[in-house]
Amino acid sequence: MAFRPRLHVVVFLAPAVLVYTAVMIWPLFNTLRLSLYTAGEGGRAFAGLANFATLFGDPRWSAAFWNALGNNLWFFVVHMAVQNPIGIALAAILSQPRLRFAALYRSAIFIPTILSFVIVGFAWKLILSPIWGIAPGMLDAVGLKALFAPWLGREEYALTTLALISVWQFVGIPMMLIYAALLSIPEEILEAGEVDGITGRAAFFRIKLPLILPAIGIISILTFVGNFNAFDLIYAAQGALAGPNFATDILGTFLYRTFFGFQLQLGDPHMGAAIASAMFAIILAGVCLYLFAIQSRMRRYQF
Amino acid sequence: MNRARQSPLNTLAAHAALITWTAVALFPVTVIVVNSLKTRKAIFREPLALPSPESFSLIGYRTVMKQGDFLQYFQNSMIVTVASLALILLFGAMAAFALSEYRFRGNTLMGLYLALGIMIPIRIGTVAILELMVQTGLVNTLAALILVYTAQGLPLAVFILSEFMRQVSDDLKNAGRIDGLSEYTIFFKLVLPLVRPAMATVAVFNMIPIWNDLWFPLILAPGEATKTLTLGSQVFIGQFVTDWNAVLSALSLAILPVLALYVIFSRQLIRGITSGAVK
Repeated sequence: MAFRPRLHVVVFLAPAVLVYTAVMIWPLFNTLRLSLYTAGEGGRAFAGLANFATLFGDPRWSAAFWNALGNNLWFFVVHMAVQNPIGIALAAILSQPRLRFAALYRSAIFIPTILSFVIVGFAWKLILSPIWGIAPGMLDAVGLKALFAPWLGREEYALTTLALISVWQFVGIPMMLIYAALLSIPEEILEAGEVDGITGRAAFFRIKLPLILPAIGIISILTFVGNFNAFDLIYAAQGALAGPNFATDILGTFLYRTFFGFQLQLGDPHMGAAIASAMFAIILAGVCLYLFAIQSRMRRYQF
Repeated sequence: MNRARQSPLNTLAAHAALITWTAVALFPVTVIVVNSLKTRKAIFREPLALPSPESFSLIGYRTVMKQGDFLQYFQNSMIVTVASLALILLFGAMAAFALSEYRFRGNTLMGLYLALGIMIPIRIGTVAILELMVQTGLVNTLAALILVYTAQGLPLAVFILSEFMRQVSDDLKNAGRIDGLSEYTIFFKLVLPLVRPAMATVAVFNMIPIWNDLWFPLILAPGEATKTLTLGSQVFIGQFVTDWNAVLSALSLAILPVLALYVIFSRQLIRGITSGAVK
């Protein structure tokens, strides 16, 4: 064949590339561009880095920004420290050979993950509510009623409580991914360890854990990206004001309030774009750190 | 063979741990659904009891049906989810076929370009997306949501589907070419049926985030006629905070469709995750 028409390649690629470019990539860069403008008298005016100067320089804006960023970091820390270890532990238990009902447990534990944030947020709000009294009632049953507090209403507990609710919801994802990684470890390796006398807990920490490190890396970066553009759970449980007194404000809710306005404050798309750009920089930095510093150094084993 | 790793005590401890977490995972959902079927008095007096003949009541569901336009919301969610999935699968499979089948300049670069969106969340571009939708007059239409979700789902779909399409035998396609089939016929008649399992995995992965999303319905389509079920129940519950029967019933109604979808597709979903499609 001397000549092959290549039109079909274009036809196959065009719809995906067009939609993806027009609705995702172009708006992404346009948002970064808009962060350099302000709304002037006769429309939009180029303002250089003025929005960022306001965001980081103006005491009110910068206090709100650092508060949201700090809360977001804590949100992420709770996920890394609680969600992933529980997920790994559940996966390790589930992957025991010949465990009965494994499929049933797996499906049941994954159910919270499929529910929407609206359902999860409101359901927990009701359960933790002092008015309904399920949580205090249950603590009372085990003699710990003194521990109860309206956790979602207290500044010092609210963020951690929401982070734990989110952990409850998403523990299924690390569980599934680690479970898949554990199943892919060949039996011969474990048997070789057994011959050398490495069994039980030692086998997990010295043989399996090093082998599933790449999967743990993937889970960490997924958690990072997910946490730093989270919004729905806080909005559903605490509203756009992320109360009490902004104690649960994270970057997503801060962006929403700034961009869309709330109560008496008008929305400001350009300041919103500036916050979105900051979020973009944070997520990009995290992803790059993962790709270049962690993933490339991680040893991968071929079976 | 592996008796050393299986003492009865270990098995017992394993079941105890799994049962505990299963209870923790299912408790809130159960409490909500059970109490939605009780009278207001019973909800508060004995929140952990099952509904009895005296305490059984459907008053909450009646309020929800009267006040909220839940059928409309449900329909909107269905349209958005099904249309987005169809576009993701069609466009994603076409692009994946082009990338995996043909050698052309810029193939790798195009693959990388399309993969960018796997890690960068589309929400970052919301400010400009809203502006785009205002300019094109798509605000408060379901089309705006469908476009956004399609763009959001394409990167991972192309990535997963092109992995699978590389495994389709070349002999089969070349046999088709010798028989004079066009490239389009080869794609639709030969290749697509063979990657159906991968398509199902992509569909299941995308279905739940689209159905549950609150951010884009809130910003792009908050109008009464275009509310999705997630946004609709959020607004409804916000308005009826003090009517516990209505709130619990609305929550239960929002849980049921997702749970039904999950029961139908859980096998596919779990197989998809565990087969390493997310690598």
